[in-house]
Amino acid sequence: MIRTMRPKTELLSRPFIEKIIDEAILLLGRHGVFVENAEARILFKEAGMPTDETSLKVLINRKLIEDSLEATPLTVRLYDRTGEKEYVIGHDNVHFDPGSAAVRILDHATQQERLPLTADLVQMARLTDSCENLHFQSTALIASDVPEIIADSYRLFVGLQLCSKPIVTGLFRTAGFRPMFEMLAAVRGGAEELRRKPLAVFDACPSPPLKWSHLTAQSLIDCARAGIPSELISMGLTGATSPVTLAGTLVQHVAENLAGLVICQLAQRGAPVIFGGSPAGFDMRKGTTPMGAIETMMIDMAYAQIGKYLKLPTHAYMGLSDAKINDSQAGLESGMGAVLAALAGVNVVSGAGMMDFESTQSLEKLLIDNEICGMAYRLIGGIAQRDEPLALRLFEALGPENQFLTLPHTRKWYRVEHMFTTLADRDTYEAWVGLGRKSMAERAHDRLERILGETSPNLVDPALQKELQAIMRNDAQSIGIGVLPEMKIG
Amino acid sequence: MESKDRLLAAMTAAIVEGDRAAAEALAAKALAESLDLHEVIEKGYIPGIQKVGALWESGEYFLPELISSAECMKAALAVLKPALAAARAEAFLRGKVVIGTIEGDIHDIGKNLVASMLSANGFDVLDLGADVKLARFIEAAEETGADLICLSSLLTTTMLNQRRLIEMLKERGLRGRFKVLVGGAPVTRKWAEDIGADGYGENALAAVKLAVALGPKRRLG
Repeated sequence: MIRTMRPKTELLSRPFIEKIIDEAILLLGRHGVFVENAEARILFKEAGMPTDETSLKVLINRKLIEDSLEATPLTVRLYDRTGEKEYVIGHDNVHFDPGSAAVRILDHATQQERLPLTADLVQMARLTDSCENLHFQSTALIASDVPEIIADSYRLFVGLQLCSKPIVTGLFRTAGFRPMFEMLAAVRGGAEELRRKPLAVFDACPSPPLKWSHLTAQSLIDCARAGIPSELISMGLTGATSPVTLAGTLVQHVAENLAGLVICQLAQRGAPVIFGGSPAGFDMRKGTTPMGAIETMMIDMAYAQIGKYLKLPTHAYMGLSDAKINDSQAGLESGMGAVLAALAGVNVVSGAGMMDFESTQSLEKLLIDNEICGMAYRLIGGIAQRDEPLALRLFEALGPENQFLTLPHTRKWYRVEHMFTTLADRDTYEAWVGLGRKSMAERAHDRLERILGETSPNLVDPALQKELQAIMRNDAQSIGIGVLPEMKIG
Repeated sequence: MESKDRLLAAMTAAIVEGDRAAAEALAAKALAESLDLHEVIEKGYIPGIQKVGALWESGEYFLPELISSAECMKAALAVLKPALAAARAEAFLRGKVVIGTIEGDIHDIGKNLVASMLSANGFDVLDLGADVKLARFIEAAEETGADLICLSSLLTTTMLNQRRLIEMLKERGLRGRFKVLVGGAPVTRKWAEDIGADGYGENALAAVKLAVALGPKRRLG
């Protein structure tokens, strides 16, 4: 049998990859990186790097970078809430998850964006749990009915209770790490168990160009020491906060991520790190950051390729759209992004459900994107040799009516070789009219209501729920917040 | 006369082309030849930035042209400024602005665009940079006698500080003295209204229009 080929797309030649990495290293050595966090600067200083306490600039030499790369694991492993299901982030594995930290939600009833509430966060977590092609959940919405200051831990609090998948999250404040870590450790049954079986990834975004803020560097340090994987989210905007050429932006992207990676390794050698990002081809007319632009996707695919060359797990914000409603643009950009990400072998692909430049989540789109991700998975599954010979014998078995439908071979393979869609319309025109002439978004909403109405929430056990509630309450009270919204499930 | 007209035309062209070196050199020449600075600005440079605005509106110019022309305008005005001050002619300025990215936030691209466009349009802009403490905004506004305080934030979390600043102004009995404009990716008109800001600009050009409408109505000369 011939081995199935894994379809793959690469944008850069090897010499080009090496040139980009080389320039990135030169950039860190000559120009340096702005490190706002004092603890991180001390780590650099102790490693013998020139640090300037006035400009907060740190120069990083090639040796330290190469040494840090050497120390970084090739793969990151995540485990679901039960600790039983393992996900390997690395090689050419692809895991989709919803785009994180949306500040708004597209309300299906009004077709308008509005601020998300705890109730939306609950629905988001439950739906993500139901989406078979989304391997991870993310703290996808920022609930506006809790004070912004604790919105980071609160998202995690809701997600952990209602969805068993590993979670992609992040900090809004340095003090958020403690309660969030406690929640994760509570689910695992201890800090050491959590270190052994990570449940969450923390995103940390440098500010382009070449700045690691106090908060984001602290997140890297705290996560590294707790054994929590950090996902480095460099986000240059071509021609605005990074060079306008795609290759120029790649140099900056690699430099920012390498600086973050070094911080992780200095904090804890061997710390799990994911080489990720959310750059964009800046729109020179609107001043916006289109995630659905083809150039954005090209940058993503290229740095993922560079990440693979460096033997690192990779991440990208792909499979999302800048559309404001679930229209053709939403499907076009999300579909193209998810497929390209899968072809590029990006290990963690964040974006499902997201629209309007990473600012908005749509629950209907989440379900549509789940189907897109299913198609992407089918694509990279490739074309397999199932039989020997492939087809010759089938023709011998064919009756005079030339009917394949009744062949045992058909019955044996049709479910394996073909994927069934639940939302894409494959009805005849008459059947579609008979079903109420619905758009894909409307069908998605029907499905949403069925899932939420007919399935029971995948809740944590009551004892653990109490523990999580106590951690959340303590966190809220520690900053003088007495009352949290009631979490209505169902 | 003809040479002065040529000089004014060259100033306009320098702004339209975004040629900073030429814009500065022409300003220096205007000073050396003791030209009427009022005329230099009104007939030389301002028509340039107006033309740039028109080219932007018609879709000919994009952000790189718009911003380089704005920076060019700022540079030329900087050359003229000491002489204007000496002649007590700063009144041509549309108003004084204190601008910055708010405490906890080090994202400054949007703020830089707005600051640049405000300067180019004749505002006297004090850019405090990024991650600016709330008290610093107020101190700077008091020190400079600012008309407007412009607050930027990219993060939802730091957006909260916009409300705090307005509360702080009220506590200090200064709310009436400064107009407060807010902007940044997560900021909406609704948010601006909720926190009692004086206005919200969704982009740099909108911010300029807003500042012109809210700023003091001073005339040159």
